[in-house]
Amino acid sequence: MTEISDAFTKGKAFVAFVTCGDPDLETTKSVIRSLQDNGADLIELGIPFSDPTAEGPVIQAANTRALSGGVTTDSIFSMLEEMSGEIKVPMVFMTYANVVFSYGTERFVGRCKDVGIKGLILPDVPYEEREDFAPYCEKEGLSLISMVAPTSADRISMIAKHAKGFIYLVSSLGVTGTRSEITTDIGSITKIIRENSGTPVAVGFGISGPDQAKKMAVHTDGVIVGSAIVRIIEKYGRDAPVHVGEFTRSMKDAVKDL
Amino acid sequence: MTNPKGRFGTHGGQYIPETLMNAVIELEEAYDRYKEDPEFQAELTELLNEYAGRPSRLYFAERMTNDLGGAKIYLKREDLNHTGAHKINNVLGQALLAKKMGKTRLIAETGAGQHGVATATAAALLGMECLVYMGVEDMERQALNVYRMRLLGAEVRGVETGTGTLKDAVSECMREWTSRIEDTHYCLGSVMGPHPFPTIVRDFQSVIGKEIREQLMEKEGRLPDMLIACVGGGSNAIGTFYDFIKDGSVELVGCEAAGRGIDTFETAATINTGKPGIFHGMKSYFCQNEYGQIAPVYSISAGLDYPGIGPEHAWLHDLGRAKYVAITDEEAVQAFEYLSRTEGIILAIESSHALAYAMKVAPKMPKDRIIVVTVSGRGDKDVAAIARYRGEDIHD
Repeated sequence: MTEISDAFTKGKAFVAFVTCGDPDLETTKSVIRSLQDNGADLIELGIPFSDPTAEGPVIQAANTRALSGGVTTDSIFSMLEEMSGEIKVPMVFMTYANVVFSYGTERFVGRCKDVGIKGLILPDVPYEEREDFAPYCEKEGLSLISMVAPTSADRISMIAKHAKGFIYLVSSLGVTGTRSEITTDIGSITKIIRENSGTPVAVGFGISGPDQAKKMAVHTDGVIVGSAIVRIIEKYGRDAPVHVGEFTRSMKDAVKDL
Repeated sequence: MTNPKGRFGTHGGQYIPETLMNAVIELEEAYDRYKEDPEFQAELTELLNEYAGRPSRLYFAERMTNDLGGAKIYLKREDLNHTGAHKINNVLGQALLAKKMGKTRLIAETGAGQHGVATATAAALLGMECLVYMGVEDMERQALNVYRMRLLGAEVRGVETGTGTLKDAVSECMREWTSRIEDTHYCLGSVMGPHPFPTIVRDFQSVIGKEIREQLMEKEGRLPDMLIACVGGGSNAIGTFYDFIKDGSVELVGCEAAGRGIDTFETAATINTGKPGIFHGMKSYFCQNEYGQIAPVYSISAGLDYPGIGPEHAWLHDLGRAKYVAITDEEAVQAFEYLSRTEGIILAIESSHALAYAMKVAPKMPKDRIIVVTVSGRGDKDVAAIARYRGEDIHD
């Protein structure tokens, strides 16, 4: 079985996000295969939520498309069961606290383990509230991913010390979505993280193309791209997997040898 | 009542993005400092009394009492406050606090528009910039309030995502605050969201209950038997209840919006139809489906049209200290019309939910019992919508 740490052993990592069920789960399956075939090191699978407060318009729209298509937490687990053994790239879920909580955290985490999910990203669960989820994750060997933001300041060391899997460094203020410019001093934040933790750091929010990815990857162990991929899926629908693959290849090529 | 992490029993907490954590910590520290500061308190009291018109009246509704033939009914007239609702109590407190913190810009969500109007008012008074998010559906229902906010110098931004109502306006405010924290205070309008908001808003609204105690003591020489208030997020209700939680003899009743009925999907009755969840920064009860997707709730009242309830109410419900009942659109509209005719008071459709419950229980209670109903706002804003509900098409 591959672990999250394996994602950071082939040069700088390219972490790809996709909303499950956008526009349907068959497409998601093909996108996952295409991501794996084209060099993605870690795959973040978004379980859609009706009111994703940390997302910008692009991923909000993907959540709406997926939910109107009828996708549920259970159908996403079933999709992963069907793909069992096929995906060697480590995968984590990204969703909101209520999706996990309402399913029953213990039951949810148990099913994650069964289908090979290695971690959980919950953007509305900060350090202070991790006790609702972390003990269940630890019991089943899942990493509850910690996030560090440009505003974290004196909180960085505390967060870093307890981090598991990888650290999700939020590149900018605001919600997810591509940006023309990222002004946060990624280098100095990463430096504080490194002084407190050996956990790999991947930076996300607003990274749209290879040039920006390079700039961000220099200071970190990898880049996370969500909205740019979701936009390709929005544009091409069921024909998206091949285009997502091309994009993934270009991004991995841009960052791997930095 | 609050532990350091902002918990009310199992409810409350701070379920927000890491980006906002230092902002809420800074807010909590500032609030803890200023709430003990006599100068701040004096300034706030001056604003509440001289500008907002406090204390609000406790009015004996004699004609209504006689007509119903049971318990004596008093109305706590928050509708008489400047801007026409209880919302101003909280907003003046938060705006003053934000100003002390060096913030120059207020953002707020609004449902019926009362909180948006109050925030725009405070921003004008204190010389601050103001941006209000409002669901497009609500902008349609409450067009008059949209224009009032603009008149007061605020920008009103329509929210088209989701159901285009209050919950979506809250989500959009959270997103906006995440992108601009330095100069901006999120002036949350109800006892909800992440800690410390439920505590701060409750404290600023608790003036309602404190006044009820004093005023009723003066008029009747005793405590009320029952307090009734409407509940969306629950700020006027907690403001009414808070001072009486310790008085076990006082029955506390929150009235939720049943919409077209709690057995339909067109309802916003959180305690009656929801289950525990985590949303908008807090653990509480929420209307949601089996997978935790937040339900598209409905009520004729834009101010009660919210899928959650403040964490302290969730706790009072768990403890059995307060009771939460559901009132339908039709019952609320009947109460709206009833008070207009009986007492010459046009109350908000939100508050009409509370009045409707009083109309149900008062006749069954002995004449020596006392009920206080909080009239959280005035109903001018609702007149056109009620006319439409009754099949008459008038324009605002």
